[in-house]
Amino acid sequence: MTTSPPKHLLVVGNGMAGIRTVEELLALAPNSFHITIFGAEPYGSYNRILLSPLLAGEKNKADIITHPLEWYATQGITLHVDNPILSIDRENKSVTDSRGQSHTYDTLLLATGSHPIIIPLPGQQLPGVVTFRDMKDVDTMLELAKEGKRAVVIGGGLLGLEAAMGLLKQGMQVTVVHLLDILMERQLDAAAAALLKSALEERGMQFYMPAQTAAILGESQVSGVRFQDGSELPADLVVMAVGVRANIDLGKAAGLHCERGIVVDDQMQTSDPHILAVGECAQHRGMVYGLVAPLFEQGKTIARRLAGATDHSGYTGSTLSTRLKVTGIDLFSAGDFLGDAACDTILYQDPSRRIYKKLVIKNNIVQGVVLLGDTVDGSWYMELLREQKEITPFRQQILFGRHHLGDAGHGATKVADLPATHQVCGCNGVCKGTIEEAIIKKELTTLEEVRAHTKASASCGSCTGLVEEILAHTLGGDYIPAQSKSLCRCTPLTSDQVRLAVRDQQLTSVVQAMQQLAWSSPDGCPSCRQALNYYITVFYPATIQENPADRFVNERLHANIQRDGSYSVVPRLWGGTTTPAQLRAIAEIAERFSVPEIKLTGGQRITLLGVKKEQLPAIWAALGEQELVSGHAYGKAVRTVKTCVGSRWCRFGVQDSEQMGVLLEKQLWNSWTAHKYKLAVSGCPRNCAEATIKDFGVVAVEAGWELHVGGNGGIKVRVTDLLCRVESMEEVLQYSAAFLQLYRREALYLERTAPWVERVGIRWLQQQLVEQPDYRQQLCAEFIQAHQCLDDPWSTRAQGKLGTQDFLPLTSIPFRSLENVA
Amino acid sequence: MNGWHYIGKVEDIPLQGARIVAVGELGNIAVFRSHSEQIYALADRCPHRQGPLSSGIVHGDKVTCPLHGWTIDLASGEALGADHGCTRPFAVRSDENGLYLQLSSNDG
Ligand SMILES: Cc1cc2nc3c(=O)[nH]c(=O)nc-3n(C[C@H](O)[C@H](O)[C@H](O)COP(=O)(O)OP(=O)(O)OC[C@H]3O[C@@H](n4cnc5c(N)ncnc54)[C@H](O)[C@@H]3O)c2cc1C
Ligand code: SF4
Repeated sequence: MTTSPPKHLLVVGNGMAGIRTVEELLALAPNSFHITIFGAEPYGSYNRILLSPLLAGEKNKADIITHPLEWYATQGITLHVDNPILSIDRENKSVTDSRGQSHTYDTLLLATGSHPIIIPLPGQQLPGVVTFRDMKDVDTMLELAKEGKRAVVIGGGLLGLEAAMGLLKQGMQVTVVHLLDILMERQLDAAAAALLKSALEERGMQFYMPAQTAAILGESQVSGVRFQDGSELPADLVVMAVGVRANIDLGKAAGLHCERGIVVDDQMQTSDPHILAVGECAQHRGMVYGLVAPLFEQGKTIARRLAGATDHSGYTGSTLSTRLKVTGIDLFSAGDFLGDAACDTILYQDPSRRIYKKLVIKNNIVQGVVLLGDTVDGSWYMELLREQKEITPFRQQILFGRHHLGDAGHGATKVADLPATHQVCGCNGVCKGTIEEAIIKKELTTLEEVRAHTKASASCGSCTGLVEEILAHTLGGDYIPAQSKSLCRCTPLTSDQVRLAVRDQQLTSVVQAMQQLAWSSPDGCPSCRQALNYYITVFYPATIQENPADRFVNERLHANIQRDGSYSVVPRLWGGTTTPAQLRAIAEIAERFSVPEIKLTGGQRITLLGVKKEQLPAIWAALGEQELVSGHAYGKAVRTVKTCVGSRWCRFGVQDSEQMGVLLEKQLWNSWTAHKYKLAVSGCPRNCAEATIKDFGVVAVEAGWELHVGGNGGIKVRVTDLLCRVESMEEVLQYSAAFLQLYRREALYLERTAPWVERVGIRWLQQQLVEQPDYRQQLCAEFIQAHQCLDDPWSTRAQGKLGTQDFLPLTSIPFRSLENVA
Repeated sequence: MNGWHYIGKVEDIPLQGARIVAVGELGNIAVFRSHSEQIYALADRCPHRQGPLSSGIVHGDKVTCPLHGWTIDLASGEALGADHGCTRPFAVRSDENGLYLQLSSNDG
């Protein structure tokens, strides 16, 4: 036999199915094909599922790109981005791209995905009407969410609800419009849909249903939506999320057999033997899928075929399950969840805990499942369904879950019994065997590590439980479950055990703590060094000899590192107040040091952005001359006290919130905390300073002040709990210091007040601080003592008391090179 | 020229820390001093997003980039753990006078 040169595989579509098939082929038979991929989008392949968390601000673009451009280069793949294929010439086995170039192929793979459906309504083409399918759509929505207030999402299915939740997180008012009175009717029955609806309403989502949209309103930009019954809703943004339709454009034009999708056989071959199709554009045994799970099997089938395997029976279809990716709402659905007359329904409902579980069973075999509120057993039911297992032996307990069955077996599969080929993660197509191999070869011990290395459970998260079980089973006794996770790899102790050891064993330096607690690494790692250093500053403020090397760069250099390696400098403006002299000084310094940008921050401060490391000491000296000190905008530290003008100027103000804020900030500033710590003071219950999303919020009332704790305005917004009401400013100061010191003593490093308050409970805090005045005073005194041990970090450094030479290059070597540093 | 350049004394570099050497068109080179008194030099650019490794936390013979937490092996410049990438290492030697950095003949 003679070896022929590699054949040319040309892939149209750089989405999830196309890239997955190419990966399978590379794994099975590298170098067997020259591969060229055409993508209509301008980036490497990304995980489309994660567009929802991207929209919600829970992930960024870099997080969701699975194949950066370099990957293609290293695999020897020719990638054409932003260049759709326009036509196929089957006779000459070639395609024409959008630039008019033609390219020949030996095998053509169509992976063109779906088009989002656009309902042909009047006004549908207006700016501000978007679909939810690709990165560009998310960009458009984020752009509109910045300015617009109201969004209408047409479609109450999975996609619509995820879009609505994302926009809600972006601060918009969102109304979901749905044709039926059942949300996600393709996955839920009426009871579960009603529960889901009320859970979403609680999170601020509004619904308008059943309602049929008649027109989209607006002149040059969308302004609202009109319904069949004549009613209208105003809108600055309209999202159409009413479903998708297979993108068969190319296949159809080339005369391939198409119905709803491009029709393929079990080998994923179209009606032309040189053309294959995969993913959402393909129709197999009458099914067109809209989820990722089938593409993994389909991709494997194609890879085997291309690699020349002959023993393969091909792809036979997939059973699908759906999970809603809305943080905080657990929903799982699979199979036939309505059933017919021959089916039994087993139901568990606990409305006040919002738990709903329903199994549809026929002849003792699971046909369908809906789970809301408690979805841990989703993958187990899915397995029973997929494998059509008899459930007679445990039918009585089935709704209580797999764990309830105990070790007796009862026919339920345990992790150990799953075959290595069992697909654990549907989103990323990862099998049990791959996970086990990674755990053993790469010595992984935590869920995060398994996620990083295998991508299992890294997308929708539904298989997290199973991945943890595999981890536990593979590691045996070495496994440390997540709840009592060790601080880091250098010690088996948890963060809390380390905190208590520092407190109770008089560990006053990082080195000593590592020795005494038998650290397994010579000088720790970033996680434990920073945590130990923090616990020691809290318990031994007077004696600690800090090693700057134990601090993150921001806290070491007292400035905030930016993405380009420059720093931002934020002087403290007490309570958000300033003077002409300070403003003049800041302006003068910004000019003198050519600071590229000045910005007002959310905490009522002025930030100088783009400062170079070597400029820092000189800038501090200059600011120091105007008595401006560090704003600690960079650290796990007390940040800002935001205030409104209160009774000094505001006609509604009942107390002097400005003065209160300045006093609070002067008392608390320059202290290290477990995580960043922010305060605010409002002059009346209108609460213009937004005190109820701060770590410590003070709201003036006629009779004095309300003290609120544990709020957070970040990714996960949490409103404060009311600690107590007090009368005087002195009491506010005492409580604020006592609360801060209690938090410093009790919370874990990197635990913000919001989760801490939730963990210990507001009742416990009231018992400590309100009901025990002595303890309160003691905490307050302890705080004040600790505070006296610290100088303003800027002036200390500007005066050269601490190594400022570290800010400057060691030396310079004048140099002209022939090549650049890699 | 033999390619070795004098850059300063060991004590000029903080223990478990780094300083940079500005090398004209080559950009910055970070010189690290580890806990066990080893000296290493790497291009001061993380292979991930070009973060300044010289400002990272030095632990063992590794440094963790301040921007996104990639951990880089100080001897080889290779990213460790699940990440892939490499930054360029440079040779350093010391004698009783101090430290010398080698820029290869290609460089100058
Ligand atoms: C917001 C959102 C959330 C989702 N969540 C889930 C989920 O939780 N679980 C789940 O299983 N599924 C989910 N899905 C569905 C999942 O993303 C799809 O099933 C999957 O992406 C299909 O892969 P594909 O390759 O067939 O299509 P795609 O990933 O859409 O890829 C097709 C690619 O081909 C390109 N293309 C089209 N025509 C041409 C041409 N002529 N020339 C060149 N390129 C072309 C397109 O631009 C696109 O990049 C979600 C989808 C969205 C939009
Ligand atoms: S919170 Fe009250 S006092 Fe303060 S600005 Fe608003 S209305 Fe005025």
